[in-house]
Amino acid sequence: MATRLSGVARAFGDRVVLDSLDLELRDGEFTALLGRSGSGKSTLLRALAGLDDEVTGAIDVTDSVAVAFQEPRLVPWKRLLANITLGLDAPADKAKAALAEVGLAERSDAWPLTLSGGEAQRASLARALVREPELLLLDEPFSALDALTRITIHQLVLELWARHRPAVLLVTHDVDEALLLADRVLVLDEGRIAHDISITAERPRHREDPALVTLRNTLLAALGVSPEGRS
Amino acid sequence: MSVVELARPVETPRATPKGPRRRVTAWHRWLSPLALLVIWQIASATGLLPERLLAAPATIASTAVELTQAGTLPTAIGVSLQRVLIGFLVGGAAGILLALAAGLSRAGENAVDPIMQALRALPFFGLIPLFILWFGIGEEPKILLVALAVSFPLYLNTFSGIRGVDGKLAEVAKTLKLSRGQLIRHIVLPGALPQTLVGLRQALGVAWLALIVAEQVNATTGLGYMINDAREFLRTDVIVVGLLVYSALGLATDAIVRLLERRALAWRRGFLA
Ligand SMILES: Nc1ncnc2c1ncn2[C@@H]1O[C@H](COP(=O)(O)OP(=O)(O)O)[C@@H](O)[C@H]1O
Ligand SMILES: [Mg+2]
Repeated sequence: MATRLSGVARAFGDRVVLDSLDLELRDGEFTALLGRSGSGKSTLLRALAGLDDEVTGAIDVTDSVAVAFQEPRLVPWKRLLANITLGLDAPADKAKAALAEVGLAERSDAWPLTLSGGEAQRASLARALVREPELLLLDEPFSALDALTRITIHQLVLELWARHRPAVLLVTHDVDEALLLADRVLVLDEGRIAHDISITAERPRHREDPALVTLRNTLLAALGVSPEGRS
Repeated sequence: MSVVELARPVETPRATPKGPRRRVTAWHRWLSPLALLVIWQIASATGLLPERLLAAPATIASTAVELTQAGTLPTAIGVSLQRVLIGFLVGGAAGILLALAAGLSRAGENAVDPIMQALRALPFFGLIPLFILWFGIGEEPKILLVALAVSFPLYLNTFSGIRGVDGKLAEVAKTLKLSRGQLIRHIVLPGALPQTLVGLRQALGVAWLALIVAEQVNATTGLGYMINDAREFLRTDVIVVGLLVYSALGLATDAIVRLLERRALAWRRGFLA
């Protein structure tokens, strides 16, 4: 079931963050959502996740949603495996398989506070994926990672996406990340989807790909930044 | 979710690291108390410190042995322990149940918290005369005084523990589609546990204090009675034995809670099993 938003609005006091926003997310499509800091990306994602009671407008979204937040948000008093299975009836095998998929098979007994940032982030992905969601919401889950870990996790996310084929909405403020991963890039500005760009380049992609370079400049301009600096 | 009102996210608490360095120098810390004991013994032996003010350490030790052999001390300890235990269980259950009622819903908070805050302001040792009027001088007033003293630290800490649970985890629970019961069981209660354990230690401290006060006022059995009785006969040795037993019992119960903490909070860094 595709996800459809129409006329979605949200304001905090006088500050209008989402303003009659329309959006459709197609099944199995990997969409990146770009926008300046404070443009309302997280607000939109929280609305999709059903975490915002005060958002208005029509939000037509599947029940089968999973979220990975910017911080891994593992439950610290549950061992890793119990974190993955939390709220699931699924057998432990499936959770173990999910941990193996993100390379954490042998850490299933670990306490979350003993994990490194990258491990915790992968665990958080596993917790979302084990639910086999139709829609996977990722709110800047890679921004706290070091560059090397981030590359590894990008690969991992693409593999997992290719295997399970959920619709993905990846919130990011990193244009290159969007270009490397997504089929489609949205730019949120002034409370609406200001740009909607398809990326057809084959994966794996390289930053230097001329088609991507052109797109990067377009997107940077859309974000109000020229490649040489602020416009 | 209107289910449970939670505070904004807080940092995960961490245990203070305990290095082996502390153990190496531990025996040094016994030197000054030992010296004090020796000086005390000398002062008593030379008559500088009269027995009617304070008995000599050696006398106290032999009195402790005598009281134990005669069965007086074990009986008194048994009676006092029983009072603390029953009072503690009653007061602890009441405090925690009230904290759950207040912590898990606004309506519960409005019903319970104002009363608890008002009662907390009462100087509860001042209630002893009323308790004697209401319950006589049997076991009830003593046990109830302990229960009352215990219920407040457990109530206050558990309540603030519940409200202090990370709101971000409550959001996670919602995205994982946990039911209200699962939210309470997997997120709220374990999240409040560290603070409840702080309350538990405070509660044990005041439990012994309440017992001592209650036993001073009106008792015909127990440690407090033994001490009071000794005062009539100027037996400072028996008084000191009683006091030492009180503190030993206090330390023992504190050690039990710390053991409990170590097991229950193994998920924290530094407490790794
Ligand atoms: N709970 C809130 N209360 C008040 N203002 C908020 C709240 N959440 C977000 N905002 C405001 O809404 C705007 C958009 O926030 P957010 O969606 O988090 O931005 P982004 O994720 O794009 O950086 C910001 O100006 C932020 O200050
Ligand atoms: Mg954000």
